[in-house]
Amino acid sequence: MEHIVIIGNGISGVSAARHIRKLSDKKITIVSAETDYFFSRTALMYVYMGHMKFEHTQPYENWFWKKNRIELKKGYVSKVNTSTKQLEFSNGDTLGYDKLIIATGSKPNKFGWPGQDLDGVMGMYHKQDLDNLEKYAPNNKVCKRAVIVGGGLIGIELAEMLLSRDIPVTFLVREDSFWNGVLPKEESEMLNRHIKEHHIDLRLSSNLKEIKSDENGKVKSIVITETGEEIPCEVVGLTAGVSPNIAFLKDSGVEIGRGVKVNRYLETNIQDIYAIGDCAEQHEPIGSRRPIEAVWYTGRMMGETLAQTLCGNRIEYKPGHWFNSAKFLDIEYQTYGWVWAQPKENETRFYWEHSGGKKCIHISYDKDTQEFIGINTFGIRMRHDFFDKILTEKRNITYVLEHLADANFDPEFYKLHEKEIVAKFNSENNTNIQLKKKSWRRIFSA
Amino acid sequence: MIGLAIFTSLIFLGKYEVTPDIFDQLITNKGIKSELFINDMQSNVVGKEFTNPFSFSSKVTSALENANASHKQNSEWDKVIWSKPHSLSYEIAKQAGTGPIAENKGLFWWLTFGLGIIGALMFIIPNVVTLGPEGIKNNGIYLSAATNRGWIGWFAFVFLVGFYILLYFYPDYIVNWTYLVDPISESLSGNMASQWFLYGFLYCVVMTVMAVRMYIKYRHNKYQVLRTTSVVFFQIVFAFLIPEILVRFEKPWYDFKNAFPLDYDFFFKWNLDELIASGGFGLFILIWGIILTLIIVPVMVYFFGKRWYCSWVCGCGGLAETLGDPYRQLSDKSVKAWKLERWLIHGVLVFALVMTGFTLYAYFSGAEAVLGIKTQTIQDIYGFLIGSIFAGVIGTGFYPIFGNRVWCRFGCPLAAYMGIVQRFKSRFRITTNGGQCISCGNCSTYCEQGIDVRAYAQKGENIVRASCVGCGICSAVCPRGVLKLENGPENGRINPTDVLLGNDVDLMSLVNNK
Repeated sequence: MEHIVIIGNGISGVSAARHIRKLSDKKITIVSAETDYFFSRTALMYVYMGHMKFEHTQPYENWFWKKNRIELKKGYVSKVNTSTKQLEFSNGDTLGYDKLIIATGSKPNKFGWPGQDLDGVMGMYHKQDLDNLEKYAPNNKVCKRAVIVGGGLIGIELAEMLLSRDIPVTFLVREDSFWNGVLPKEESEMLNRHIKEHHIDLRLSSNLKEIKSDENGKVKSIVITETGEEIPCEVVGLTAGVSPNIAFLKDSGVEIGRGVKVNRYLETNIQDIYAIGDCAEQHEPIGSRRPIEAVWYTGRMMGETLAQTLCGNRIEYKPGHWFNSAKFLDIEYQTYGWVWAQPKENETRFYWEHSGGKKCIHISYDKDTQEFIGINTFGIRMRHDFFDKILTEKRNITYVLEHLADANFDPEFYKLHEKEIVAKFNSENNTNIQLKKKSWRRIFSA
Repeated sequence: MIGLAIFTSLIFLGKYEVTPDIFDQLITNKGIKSELFINDMQSNVVGKEFTNPFSFSSKVTSALENANASHKQNSEWDKVIWSKPHSLSYEIAKQAGTGPIAENKGLFWWLTFGLGIIGALMFIIPNVVTLGPEGIKNNGIYLSAATNRGWIGWFAFVFLVGFYILLYFYPDYIVNWTYLVDPISESLSGNMASQWFLYGFLYCVVMTVMAVRMYIKYRHNKYQVLRTTSVVFFQIVFAFLIPEILVRFEKPWYDFKNAFPLDYDFFFKWNLDELIASGGFGLFILIWGIILTLIIVPVMVYFFGKRWYCSWVCGCGGLAETLGDPYRQLSDKSVKAWKLERWLIHGVLVFALVMTGFTLYAYFSGAEAVLGIKTQTIQDIYGFLIGSIFAGVIGTGFYPIFGNRVWCRFGCPLAAYMGIVQRFKSRFRITTNGGQCISCGNCSTYCEQGIDVRAYAQKGENIVRASCVGCGICSAVCPRGVLKLENGPENGRINPTDVLLGNDVDLMSLVNNK
């Protein structure tokens, strides 16, 4: 019986395992050094915040793996021997495979800052980071201030975590506005305001110069490059992005760039070795996507796709239309299609913001053909199905605005803003678009 | 807290002195023929002063039990007193009580209810500021001893269970509490407060105070605000005010929203007799009750899901959604618990229906027993096991341990009935928003009904489950906007998928159409 070994028990590896099991009877082993069972990495923050216990982050009960004959092995793979098809573990164990799936995910970036390995400096990615945070920042007596370096999604989540225990946070962001490499100015500024509303000490255009140590090798303070200001703190969170966690593949013969190089079939340069998820790097970017996508659902999709290939139905990885979501403190964010930080040549924009300053939508569309390109929505939930279909059918901005009521996914009785949105568009563009009433038939006609 | 402490300590206060007048009246009213009981009471109780309800109760109940025992031995059946000992003792005590509480009802009301309400609000209202800007604020729930089965949780558990045991089985111990609400009861129905009036009043007060907490916690979420308002309204008006006012006009006490089989004694002989005896209005209630169960309930479930009842109208649900909200995360999400749930809740439904069947058969045929089982016996067993122990002691008492919907999830026969309709013939579902789920588990954790919501959401499947009461919290706590409670066409309501939206279209159709 063919033995498929998966390194990494995150969403990519586990999705692959589940779908291989659905399609076949192959022997499956998942290897992880991090935890015994699969958990949702995105939910680690809620454990520290006391919303959940760690066990709640595990999507499957512990009997699930045995019942589905998915073997779990805890251990750290130190080397892959591609000629003998064997994994070598740091404790000396070995494990043979017929097919190998590399799904080792990411690790937090460290850019060689002085003091980056001191006690009290951590990323927020692994289960171990959570344990560390619990150790160094259990409350605001032990940790009187924390400094977060890097203004992205993990940074803001870490800030929210620390706030939940009333720990003062200083947030160093390299850019001159929060996450404005990804978000247009309007959204980014809305988030700047929201971050400050939560009493986070937001420092824009600020880089980390160094982390200073006390006499015991523990964080004492940090220094900001631009101002030279020294800020005393007990914890430093490094959240300046992540990169593929593939150091163990050095010298294995597997082709590596920033990640494990794969083709559209998720195959590496070596036969019977595949890579999926955050650690996989496409030779050529797919559409406007990045070659490495550290996103939950792309990991899942790669797992689903690869399972088909391994079970006799070789199929290309073809992600559909781009979408994503996040939550910034209290403001939810969803995006469908592309809304770049700076409009491209052919694009024009429509922006609406609610008077309360916590809701907005930003639509990008083609200025000549009027074709809908993408939407950012903050504080208003939208239907994924709706926009997926809009993008597939290449609808124009008029159609989208006419049918905006179908798109709304907010809980019942929420205040609806579609009329106001359409009115604003009409007045800005001298159009006379009429909002249509919500129609269940259209919504469910997929 | 002080209010609560005084409230609790009141049990131990007060004096009871049964004057010969009171006693004679009781004997006549109850038609008590047992000379043993009368003599025993005359010598041990009447004319004496008791300083706490326990010694008083024990004298009365032992008098009753001794008398009954010897009557039964001598087969003097007409002399046996069939009243439950503690109920009889309650009735006597209610008349006999004197002392500071009985004499200063208003003052003590303020010291207990008043202080309790003010104290609770002082605890709750600052949340407007301390919780920060509006949004989901579940910080520290699993770090707190109150909401993570810590010592406060266990303390609350003991307190609640104790309360229900006293209420159901030892009403004579809590006579002092009922004095507090006598003035209110008298102004509504004209009668002195029974322990049930006390319970109803307390229920309304607790719900209202905890509703304030809901309003603050979910002030960004209009669904929660409206739903909370609705349950509080139905509790105060339908379950409390209207029935009491009906009594004032000498009509039967009836809660118009309480549908059979939750209202399990609706078809009991005494109730039917009472309804029929009270003429046109009683008949109206009888017909309304039948229409409610047979037509209104299933039709509403078809259009809106069982949430219209469980989370918008029901009193049990109302308490669970207000007092119980801090405990919602404690429900068991395992597949094992789900199995147990299906056996138990449908078992109770069958039990309720069989009992009612027996009762109606007996009612119309005049027989006392069906298949050799006395209908009275089966009613007593149901009333004790399901009506008191399950719905009350376990249902509410176990909030801090098993979560706030234990009764609704495992026991309520009406919920079982509506669940079957909801699962197989309804427009209600929780829609999963394409491929946005990140499996974080907030939805499952905060599902009071123990539904593993995430298991569906992460597969892109809508949630269509018999037990869902549509509280809407899964949707509220979702950080990615994945869940929406909605009523729509039945077609496509249940949508099992293997590969989610957002993936390659060819792959999706290949896998999902197999």
